[in-house]
Amino acid sequence: MTYFIIIISAIFVNNIVLSQFLGICPFLGVSKKISTGLGMTGAVTFVMVIATIVTYFIQKLILVPFGITFLQTISFILVIAALVQLVEIVLKKVSPPLYQALGVFLPLITTNCAILGVAIMTVNRDFNLLEAVVFSASSAIGFGLALVTFAGIREQLELVEIPKGMQGAPIALLVAGILAMAFMGFAGMV
Amino acid sequence: MGKTESSLSNMALTLITITLLTGAALGYVYKLTEKPVAIAKEKKQQEAIRLVVPEFDNNPAQEMYLIPTSDGDSLKVFPAKKEGKKVGCAIESISHNGFGGDVKIMVGILPDGTIYNYQVLEHKETPGLGTKMTTWFKPSEEDNVSKASGNAFFNWLFGISNNSGGGNTSIVGVDPTKTKLEVSADGGDIDAITAATISSRAFLEAVRKAWYAYTEIVDTHSSATTKEKNSQEGGMQ
Amino acid sequence: MNQWSNFTKGFFKENPVFVMLLGMCPTLGVTSSAINGLGMGLATTFVLVMSNIVVALVKDFIPEKVRIPSFIVIIASFVTIVEMVMQAWLPALFEALGLFIPLIVVNCIVLGRAEAFASKNSVGSSIIDGLGMGLGFSLALTILGTTRELLGSGKAFGLPIFSESYGMLVFVLAPGAFIALGYLIALINKIRRAG
Repeated sequence: MTYFIIIISAIFVNNIVLSQFLGICPFLGVSKKISTGLGMTGAVTFVMVIATIVTYFIQKLILVPFGITFLQTISFILVIAALVQLVEIVLKKVSPPLYQALGVFLPLITTNCAILGVAIMTVNRDFNLLEAVVFSASSAIGFGLALVTFAGIREQLELVEIPKGMQGAPIALLVAGILAMAFMGFAGMV
Repeated sequence: MGKTESSLSNMALTLITITLLTGAALGYVYKLTEKPVAIAKEKKQQEAIRLVVPEFDNNPAQEMYLIPTSDGDSLKVFPAKKEGKKVGCAIESISHNGFGGDVKIMVGILPDGTIYNYQVLEHKETPGLGTKMTTWFKPSEEDNVSKASGNAFFNWLFGISNNSGGGNTSIVGVDPTKTKLEVSADGGDIDAITAATISSRAFLEAVRKAWYAYTEIVDTHSSATTKEKNSQEGGMQ
Repeated sequence: MNQWSNFTKGFFKENPVFVMLLGMCPTLGVTSSAINGLGMGLATTFVLVMSNIVVALVKDFIPEKVRIPSFIVIIASFVTIVEMVMQAWLPALFEALGLFIPLIVVNCIVLGRAEAFASKNSVGSSIIDGLGMGLGFSLALTILGTTRELLGSGKAFGLPIFSESYGMLVFVLAPGAFIALGYLIALINKIRRAG
């Protein structure tokens, strides 16, 4: 598979949020403002790429050679949880401004299923290391694209009058549905 | 609460104990399920083979061999025999050009080269459109239900008729030397699934690949060769 | 706490999906049919009950600071057990649910109940809590799955109800998941306000 197809597929056609249903919690939770959406995207991109690389090596160097692939879920989630902590500590020391921007989002990321989902998908699709990096980075960009677009729409929604019963989650889900429909237009591109 | 103190040694000890215990428990369950998982996989394959070839009494999975195709895949061929005589073979074929990804099918081909039946093993096509491939290419009496409607009463109520457009959608019983296994829009003899031409193309591509692989077997195994040549010539006239 | 209300709170008052908006990924991802929704719900219920039991049992031995990692390990091992058992005896469901089975690990409901309830309560009430929440989650997934299947392909649990050609295909596809859930939550909000 060429890298171009992987990129287009992960960002548009098989967008992890709008067609794979991964990372819905942050998608609905931190999408009230574009700025927080961007911060979350940054944090997710950072952790997703590192997590995919680390889990790739765990799979290839530990789980497969020792025939213990049944420990995949448990080892991946532990690695991701530890990694998030590590990133938080390192970021605090190395780059305080970046920590200020991303810090609040980091603890939320452990339970972001997009990270674990992408790590498992990478293994399932038998990507090589470079493909895995490209795939995870474009998945994160796809996540960001959906999140920021959605946040932009929600900012506008604040200004209109919404029927009482539809306020909050229902209207957000309907908007997400229409956005997913728009992304369906990319289907069949690859 | 009488919680254990959060000292470093306590924390490390707790985590190590938990990890060891769960690791052991998982290892045990893995050993327990290892066999049933293998059996379930084999059963699924057996089931697919059984559905696409006539009755057999050998174990096709044991006699399985691989045939490389021109585009770099290798197809699994499962010969089915009854009382030592070949009754057909099931070929696992794949197309990479589906709408949502790969389309994997099992095609059964009789010794005379006609297609006996097929089974879709794996696909990622659009639900309600491309997914119809599981029944669309079978003879209509079997799948009128899914083509028109699931319910006779509603068919009557809404005036839905059970005709499949009078088109030619079935590949079952077809001799690929006489019928062009391509969608009619591309000049073939098979009608594509309504609104799912790409899925139909991918499906038929997989069938063609299986058939080409099959013709290669008969070329190398002399028993059916002459017969096959004849029918090919017959098809060209 | 009254055990009966402890059990039933997950069904309506604190329904994890419709009211607390937890576990949205599997909720949207697997509910293209009623049976998948039910299967996912029951798998999650199993993990929820088992992890609640174990967490309630070991809560006094676990130091405060490694609480969350320990819970995650416990949950992940039960998820792996579900994964292996399902692969062995329910391969069709295993394939239909796919990626979302390992992802039960990061389902906020499971970790949420372990942290908010089981780490503070007895084994007995933790079992009831897990069972109630799990069945409430299953109920929500089954309702959403049935709605989508019925509107999208005219079937419920695979049984044809009306003609498939009158189905609105979009409800089986991704956008329909969001839209159907949005309207269901609006409906539940309305009932809750009236009640």
